[in-house]
Amino acid sequence: MVPVSYYVGLSAILFIIGALGVLIRRNPLVIFMSIELMLNAGNLAMVAFTRTFMVLEGQIFVFFVMTVAAAEVAVGLALIVTIFRSRHSINIDLMNTLKG
Amino acid sequence: MHLSEAGSMGLFFLAPWVVFFPVIGLLANIALGRRWSEKTIGAVASAASGLAFVASALLALSLAAHPEPVRWLIGEWIHSGNLQLDWVFRVDTLSVTMMLVVSGVGTLIHVYAIGYMHEDVRFKSDPGRFRRFFVFLNLFIAAMMILVSGDSYLMLFVGWEGVGLCSFLLIGFWYEMDTLGRPSWANSDAAKKAMIANRIGDFGFLIAAFLIFTAFGTLQFDGVFEAAKGISAINSPLIVMITLFLLLGVTGKSAQIPLYVWLPDAMAGPTPVSALIHAATMVTAGVYLVARSAPLYVAAPLAQLIVATVGAITALFAATIAVGQFDIKKVLAYSTISQLGFMVAGVGMGAFAAGMFHLVTHAFFKALLFLSAGSIILGLERGHHHLAHSKRGPASNKHEESFDPNDMRNMGGMRKSMPVTFWLYIIGTLALAGIPPFAGFWSKDEILADAFGEGFTLVYWLLTAAAFFTAFYMGRQIWMVFFGKARHEAAAKAVESPPIITVPLMVLAILSVIGGALNLPGLHTLTGWLEHTIAFIHPGEFQFNVALISTGLALGAIALSWFIYGLRPMKAGQPDPLRVALGPIFTGMNRKWFVDEFYQAVVLNPYRRLCLFLSEVIEGRFWHDWFHEKVLAGTYNFLTRIALNRYADQRGIDGFFNGVGQWTKDLSAGMRQIQNGFVRSYALAVLVGVVAMVSYLVLR
Repeated sequence: MVPVSYYVGLSAILFIIGALGVLIRRNPLVIFMSIELMLNAGNLAMVAFTRTFMVLEGQIFVFFVMTVAAAEVAVGLALIVTIFRSRHSINIDLMNTLKG
Repeated sequence: MHLSEAGSMGLFFLAPWVVFFPVIGLLANIALGRRWSEKTIGAVASAASGLAFVASALLALSLAAHPEPVRWLIGEWIHSGNLQLDWVFRVDTLSVTMMLVVSGVGTLIHVYAIGYMHEDVRFKSDPGRFRRFFVFLNLFIAAMMILVSGDSYLMLFVGWEGVGLCSFLLIGFWYEMDTLGRPSWANSDAAKKAMIANRIGDFGFLIAAFLIFTAFGTLQFDGVFEAAKGISAINSPLIVMITLFLLLGVTGKSAQIPLYVWLPDAMAGPTPVSALIHAATMVTAGVYLVARSAPLYVAAPLAQLIVATVGAITALFAATIAVGQFDIKKVLAYSTISQLGFMVAGVGMGAFAAGMFHLVTHAFFKALLFLSAGSIILGLERGHHHLAHSKRGPASNKHEESFDPNDMRNMGGMRKSMPVTFWLYIIGTLALAGIPPFAGFWSKDEILADAFGEGFTLVYWLLTAAAFFTAFYMGRQIWMVFFGKARHEAAAKAVESPPIITVPLMVLAILSVIGGALNLPGLHTLTGWLEHTIAFIHPGEFQFNVALISTGLALGAIALSWFIYGLRPMKAGQPDPLRVALGPIFTGMNRKWFVDEFYQAVVLNPYRRLCLFLSEVIEGRFWHDWFHEKVLAGTYNFLTRIALNRYADQRGIDGFFNGVGQWTKDLSAGMRQIQNGFVRSYALAVLVGVVAMVSYLVLR
């Protein structure tokens, strides 16, 4: 039986990789993948704790997180397609028109 | 509902209809009367009143079979805290007696008014007011029915105010003229006087009602009387206070000392109004109130004594004033006050049956007298009209303006020109003077006998003296109006009234003759009838001495009046023979013992001065001139002069607000630098923020 601290450590590493990916990379597709990484880091931690404490709520919650992530990606990709049509580029640093 | 139940319930479902019928009548006349002829309007109004009478009669029959009080609920009214009031019609022997009088006499007067108002609106040249008169009359019947059939003091008060309103409207019916038809505000002043005098009485009534509610927690009659039984002490201060405040209401509505002054002026209204409202029905509301509150009065002998004394003093006082009046309606008005004094004294002494008996018979004969007086007045107007047309032609009306058809000095010898009215008037007079076997004798005698038998000696003697004066002034009126020679051409040319006027009078005359049969000594029909409602009444003993004294005095007074007025009839322009004989005493009687002048000096003038003081000095000089102008406006002006000059305004205030604006602009320019639009720097800010918050929460 693998101790729960291992899972939590893996989860933390995954989360940090995801966060750095969001901050450093300029390609929105990669940023989305990094976000997925962070969400799954959270899912991993939840599943790990669920198994340790033998309760069901965390597992159910993971399903919701996956559903929301899928929806979010669907909306985000649609936005990126639209932006690419008007700007012919998906460089994240060019999307600065919301500064007001 | 089973048939047997319906049978035992009688026809009590008719109770609300005594109010609904007149209301339907008045609504019909308001809505449709514009296109109807006078006959239709009068017929609808009379039918409405007549149906109310039929309903009352059926209620009386049901009650005869089932004499316990019936309370008929028609709707919720006020439910608030422990105040629980509903629209409940109370059908018991007392209220049904009043209903019968109100609707019965009322219907006769409606019929009479068709004839009377037909001519009155033409003499005053405004036929459009015919319909308005009947609307008001029906409204009065409805309000009076609410008054007598209400099951609580508050519902009674609704009717009480309703009849007060109708009284106001009908006294001021010809509001823009005086009684002679000249442009003036005299009639509307009379209406206002009635309203204000009644307000004072209503104040007393309301205080009494509030006291009842705070003390007993209810306003419903049975509840109040049940709760009052719990106070066993005789003359407990609470009951005495309640009954005396009720007495204040009675003095207003039933025209007793000190508030009677409105009733003589109320004669400004058309004669059917004087007969219906100011003689037969509304003014007896106070008597009804005392009879209704009998359990309270019986518990407070002190209040009873005061009520009886007030009534007796009023009876005598008003009777003496009636002797000195020349206006035929004013004589009857003071006579009404005097007779109301008899009734109030009667119910005050605890002789509730006698008081109610006198109320009923008085309604018959006083309505008869007033309506006959109206017939005489119309006869004179017809004669005068005829005269004006034949002598000067219709264009000249100078003569018309100075002619007063109410003034008995303009009459004389009218038994020949108006024979029917003459005989009717004689019957009314004999009934009022208390000559057996007319109705007035039995009822007045019962009051006197009760006063004598119950030991109210002062009241007895006051009332006996009043009875003497009653017979005297009525005799004087008969001799002055009907005998001797005409003192004015109009009286000689007077024309008898048509049947629509005289037939109702004949019905009333028959009632005035046989009305005494209601409560003959020994039989006590009315007493037994009222006993179901008022537990405290007992049949009065017929006192032969009392009857003998009062009849003897009445006959003596009539003989005396014949000696003074009948033997040598007054000639035109001659002063009243009593003025010659009595001098200043007659002047006192004629000028109503200067009570109006006394009230003017003692109440009205100080009140007016107080009002002037309040409006001129307090409101005008102090509040407006000094406080608003000097203090408020002055201080404000002073402050603006020192604080808002050029320097303080532009440098101080403008500088401050411009500074605030500039600072905001600078701040926002700085803040804008942070909003660079790069998504990754926002993400970094979010990350730093989350790390900071989590660190704080973890390391705390």
